[in-house]
Amino acid sequence: MTAPHTDLLIVGAGPAGMAAAVTACSHGLSVRVVDDQPAPGGQIWRAIETVASTPRLARLGQAYRAGADRARAFRSCGAVYEPQSELWQIEPGFRAFLTRDGQARSVTADAVILATGAQERPVPFPGWTLPGVLTVGAAQILLKTASTVPERPVWIAGCGPLPLLYMTQLLAAGGQIAGFLDTTPRGRASAALRHLPAGLRRAGELAKGLAWSLALRRAGIPIIRHVTDLRAEGDGRVERLRYRTEDGREGEVTAEVLLVHEGLVPSIHVPLALGCTVEWHPAQHCYVPLLDGWGETSQANLFVAGDGAGIGGAEAAEPRGRLAALRVATRLGKLDAVRAERAAKTERAALARALALRPFLDTLYGPRAQVFAPADETLVCRCEEVTAGALRARAVEGRPGPNQLKAFTRAGMGPCQGRQCGYTMAHIVAAAQNRKVEEVGFFRIRPPLKPVTLGELACLDQREPAA
Amino acid sequence: MFRKLHNPGSATVTIYIDGCAVTAEAGESIAAVMLRQPTGWSRTTSISQSPRAPYCMMGVCFECLVAVDGKGSLQGCLTPVRDGMRVTRQQGRRSLSA
Amino acid sequence: MQPDIVVIGGGTVGAAVAYGLAMRRQKVLLLDGDDGDFRAARANFGLVWLQGKGLDMPAYQALTRSSTELWRGFSDELEAESGIELFLEQNGGLAFCLGEEGLEKRRLDLLRLHNQRGGGEPDWEMLDRAALERLLPGVALGPKVAGASFGRRDGHANPLRLLAALHVALLRRGANVRHRARVNRIEPAGADFRLVLNGETLTAPRIVIAAGLGSSALARQVGLEVPLRPERGQVLVTERLARFLPLPASGLRQTDEGTIMIGATKDGHDFDVSTTTEAAASLSRKTTEIIPALAGVRLVRHWAGLRIMTPDSYPIYAESRSHPGAFVAICHSGVTLAAVHASLLAEAIAEGSLPDTFSPFHQRRFDVPQAA
Ligand SMILES: Cc1cc2nc3c(=O)[nH]c(=O)nc-3n(C[C@H](O)[C@H](O)[C@H](O)COP(=O)(O)OP(=O)(O)OC[C@H]3O[C@@H](n4cnc5c(N)ncnc54)[C@H](O)[C@@H]3O)c2cc1C
Ligand code: FES
Repeated sequence: MTAPHTDLLIVGAGPAGMAAAVTACSHGLSVRVVDDQPAPGGQIWRAIETVASTPRLARLGQAYRAGADRARAFRSCGAVYEPQSELWQIEPGFRAFLTRDGQARSVTADAVILATGAQERPVPFPGWTLPGVLTVGAAQILLKTASTVPERPVWIAGCGPLPLLYMTQLLAAGGQIAGFLDTTPRGRASAALRHLPAGLRRAGELAKGLAWSLALRRAGIPIIRHVTDLRAEGDGRVERLRYRTEDGREGEVTAEVLLVHEGLVPSIHVPLALGCTVEWHPAQHCYVPLLDGWGETSQANLFVAGDGAGIGGAEAAEPRGRLAALRVATRLGKLDAVRAERAAKTERAALARALALRPFLDTLYGPRAQVFAPADETLVCRCEEVTAGALRARAVEGRPGPNQLKAFTRAGMGPCQGRQCGYTMAHIVAAAQNRKVEEVGFFRIRPPLKPVTLGELACLDQREPAA
Repeated sequence: MFRKLHNPGSATVTIYIDGCAVTAEAGESIAAVMLRQPTGWSRTTSISQSPRAPYCMMGVCFECLVAVDGKGSLQGCLTPVRDGMRVTRQQGRRSLSA
Repeated sequence: MQPDIVVIGGGTVGAAVAYGLAMRRQKVLLLDGDDGDFRAARANFGLVWLQGKGLDMPAYQALTRSSTELWRGFSDELEAESGIELFLEQNGGLAFCLGEEGLEKRRLDLLRLHNQRGGGEPDWEMLDRAALERLLPGVALGPKVAGASFGRRDGHANPLRLLAALHVALLRRGANVRHRARVNRIEPAGADFRLVLNGETLTAPRIVIAAGLGSSALARQVGLEVPLRPERGQVLVTERLARFLPLPASGLRQTDEGTIMIGATKDGHDFDVSTTTEAAASLSRKTTEIIPALAGVRLVRHWAGLRIMTPDSYPIYAESRSHPGAFVAICHSGVTLAAVHASLLAEAIAEGSLPDTFSPFHQRRFDVPQAA
């Protein structure tokens, strides 16, 4: 059984992956795109093909609508598209292992573009594991893909463009908001203003943000500002929230659903598992893969494009995807270097334009200090149920690193493989040992990248079955 | 906790959660359907047996694990519903047969 | 604190020796390497195991047997010292055999070992399929399973908890434990030793080199030639399951947490801890041949560790002749032997010299040129 081969394998069919596929195909490369979702679009354009033909499209806004064309162009570009396929391992060379419908198999490719996007930054606080606490992104996915909204007026806590966007979308859909616990620290706005002159190149985006805020104010949504501490309480599900603000104001409200969001972080598990060098991004408080001007990682012929390369939004994801595709086309002899450079110029200009507002947003919406210093009783590792207190205590004795701490406490050993506790653990270690978080390092990431069954694996065994 | 905004009409399918028939819309995820159920939780943890429910809806938290048609620990947020599907909420550690 | 003795290497071997020394009122400093170092202690399987071990080295069979006998007391004491439960179980262990030939081959192997032991009741027996099924009610065995060997003295413990407990107990006994403290060089300083770390030097009257695969380079500096090579072992671990496997088996055990550990392969002799899907596939297939229902269980982690192999695979315990006060302790069954390391070995080192029981394990057995 030989594995099917393409010139290029793209993981992720969001803005970056789709743009990369279209460009690569236009240069004559054979392309395979795998994605764990049932349809193309990634996070921003989730379910766009289904929603596009319904009246529900209007309430999701202009940026969402733009996805319909992209999905159409992608569908017709000639790439082999495999939805609902989870990538769980890539070996050098490259051989990628996927599971679809409970069947594992492998495919090979000469080059790989990882366009796996971002995840929301984990925000641990007491009670964040209770049913009824979800991320804002989760609620937005529910709205886009299942037309599902909180039953009763919902509490939203956090900061960043996504909560504002979701709240306007929710109101347009007829949902109700109980209040917004805005966690943006005091003084952030003026610090962010320093970055505004550059950001003015993106006046349209800024205007959109302002329009969202105004719409919320007009709708009379209670906004509680400068919230520092949050706690969800209830017996087996959320019943109450408590919060405290910077000036020590405390409050308690009843709640059934709480949505939280404190920004996005690139998904770095695949690049880490493949041994790509990553570096700390101080403004975005996360690791990003070390990339050259085309998006190539420290491993030859392995690229990262889109939000996985650093949070930049859909408009940055597309040029990043095309840049990577151009480079692959050159490598595989389908495009000469001069023409690639010329095409890259346009893409780099688009990328710079798309990223112009980032420093402003990163400063305004950078996570508050409490996100990284949860109270002792808080579960940090949701899978293995390890508290902040346990990690703190163990981080002091003998000053272990993250991988030793993992061995001592089991934090990071569950099925999510540290996607929910990695950064919190790193900050707890840093604080306990008086080190910089970027010096502490991160968990070593082990395959499989998604849990796969022993049966699926056993079927990959090439030996002849014993009689 | 959550409600559906429209009636799926001809796209309606029936799935069974712990044996109870529940209606859903073809193509939406199991996790979305679970979040609309009055019980609120969709599994209990294998250590302290605490109730949990889908949290991220994008495949990175593993809170949405359910058993589907006898296959255990599937991510409900990445699994679309199919008519007649049998979903079991996992309580504590899975037993080998489920 | 000026230490009496510095143990270099904070893995299962170094930590057990250090713990034994601290329990004997030695002032111990334990130096451990970097967070990303090769660590067999964090990669191993957790068996406390005798059956099948020690071919052509009866002294190793005997040492292993005494360690399995000492383990219960060691575990009780360590749990009390550290407050960490080790989940030791010594109710026997299995080696599954596929096909009648597999069963017969296993019997002959164990018989050969038994004969080399020179007397004593066998501590193992062969079980046919029916007997095995009686021992494992509720486990549906695959059709190829013909039976198993059953080792009465075998068992398992939680290896990560063992390591954590040793470290905590050391700290509680007033020892000093330092992570990220890699020793780059050892220099004699009169009768003492000077240890050169990144940016600092320490002196110690006595040292124990238990730095796993990093030991060869260090031991050479105190006049001991310690030939070592890595042997990669890949291990799979699944999601947690309700308890169903009452006994550990070689290559397959259910941990106290409920996860199933599978492995380990023996594949490769480089300093390479990458994993291969080929190995995961072959381990999964063997496992589902033994217990088919495991096919539906999810693999959560797959890792590779490096076994620390001497040329004959047996341990090295030695004191340097040219640099008295410098000891080495190296082995690849650090969990099984932990009880001996914390007692007999620590005792001997505390008293200043290794007794005759340890002489079969001296590194000089590798110095002798092979007779032509
Ligand atoms: C929850 C969430 C909601 C957001 N909402 C908005 C919004 O409403 N408006 C807006 O402007 N921006 C939004 N953003 C930001 C926006 O989504 C991104 O800027 C943009 O989608 C980045 O594109 P991308 O192609 O890099 O990644 P994505 O769009 O995230 O696409 C990556 C794709 O890869 C798939 N994938 C990941 N791992 C694997 C794997 N192992 N195997 C197979 N497939 C895999 C993912 O499921 C996804 O389909 C949101 C981000 C998040 C995380
Ligand atoms: S809800 Fe987070 S993985 Fe499914």
